[in-house]
Amino acid sequence: MPKRNVKKKPVVQSRSARKPARAKPVKGTLAKSARAKRQPRVVLLVGTRKGAFILHGNASRTSWRSEGPHRFGEIVNHVVLDPRDGRTLLCAARAGHLGPSIFRSTDLGKTWKEASVPPAFKPAPPGVVGDAVQHTFFLAPSSASEPNVWYAGTSPPALFRSEDGGVSWRGIDGWNENPLRKVWCPPEDQTPDGSILHSILVDPRDSTHLYVGCSGGGSFESTDRGASWRPLNQGVEAPANPEPFPEYGQDPHCMAIHPLQPDRLWQQNHCGIYRLDRPATRWERVGKSMPAAVGDIGFPIVLHPRDPDTVWVFPMDGTTVWPRVSPDGKPAVYRSRDAGKSWERQQSGLPRANGWYTVKRQAFGADAFAPVGLYFGTTGGELWMSANEGKRWRQIAAHLPHIYSVVAATLD
Amino acid sequence: MRVAIPSPLRSYTGGREQVQARGATLAELLGDLEAAFPGIRFRMIDEQGRIRVHIRLFVNAELARDLGRALDERDEVQILCALSGG
Repeated sequence: MPKRNVKKKPVVQSRSARKPARAKPVKGTLAKSARAKRQPRVVLLVGTRKGAFILHGNASRTSWRSEGPHRFGEIVNHVVLDPRDGRTLLCAARAGHLGPSIFRSTDLGKTWKEASVPPAFKPAPPGVVGDAVQHTFFLAPSSASEPNVWYAGTSPPALFRSEDGGVSWRGIDGWNENPLRKVWCPPEDQTPDGSILHSILVDPRDSTHLYVGCSGGGSFESTDRGASWRPLNQGVEAPANPEPFPEYGQDPHCMAIHPLQPDRLWQQNHCGIYRLDRPATRWERVGKSMPAAVGDIGFPIVLHPRDPDTVWVFPMDGTTVWPRVSPDGKPAVYRSRDAGKSWERQQSGLPRANGWYTVKRQAFGADAFAPVGLYFGTTGGELWMSANEGKRWRQIAAHLPHIYSVVAATLD
Repeated sequence: MRVAIPSPLRSYTGGREQVQARGATLAELLGDLEAAFPGIRFRMIDEQGRIRVHIRLFVNAELARDLGRALDERDEVQILCALSGG
């Protein structure tokens, strides 16, 4: 496997990042005069089995106003606000009967317009059974150096790019037309909701440097904006494989790159919690230090926006027949503040018993305030938050449909 | 000819349950619908030209599985959405 030899500029923490104090946003894009008029606030973008909901928080994050559903009745996998312009929302959705698409709003969901060219595979040659996108699943804005560039991951696992803010999409041939794509991610290797490409990570220092995660395929890296790819799975166990550490075939559930220390990658995998510090290529299973009775299986993983050593997970039961609910019916978040060497349970406010749900891979997020606000949505339609980095949790919405995604965005 | 539009697709037709479209085949008719209501075809037909699994096209109440099915101006086309689960 070729080694990367790309020199990266160091990312310097902001002054506010070095010294977090009272609850306040640490990011902002407006001029000082504009900021003085309006206080930044958090909006939660919630994708569910039956549409999207937007929860507007007040400046202190103590009250929330829910509005929606948007795209009512549609399967909404992901809703993301463009952090570069602070106004463009993209929504990955499909209706039960209809094909998948991407919808766009520039007025916080008051109106939506469908992409003029949604993600789609190229037509196959005559006689060949071609692939068709079944779900648009994951949305990722590129780095700040590429305004209007977005990526989308789909099921079956494919990668698409838009250069006009999500209006039109083209497949990335280096992945979609790659003859190894179906070797790495066999189409018959279906996860319960279909094999998917998710966790599209763009190196904030170098927008040509990409990572993706594929359920049933593993982690992959490109250093040429997706023209070529190589597996990045050393040290990661693979399920349903006689060889414990194959080159590919792993099942990352969720991957994350730290924005201030982009050489640090994390993943919550089907087979544990892993960390990788580049340029190394071997992942370390840091989840082995989780309590044995809880294990280190789960879907999401969330990073502290300023402290690269702090991370949160939401364990689920991956024993016997894989119930995929909170272990023993006792939901809890686990936090590590030392890069995975040790973990602490954070359950204050959460049900102490009979909490038979879990949190999907895109349904746990963090805001950019200090202290960090954390938000997760459950398969049972509950939305929970902590305004103090997990010390205390409270429910802020219930009776929603099955929640697929929760994104905490800041509105200036 | 007259084309009946199911409720999931009426966001494209401005809420209209029936529209007029032209075409010597189903494929041409869908192309005409797409020209009038951009985006509607892809929700019914995938990028490989296959009718999506929960879409049914009927011509004069007869199920049509081939987009090459010839049409006459007097035909009536119904687009229906088959069951897709909860």
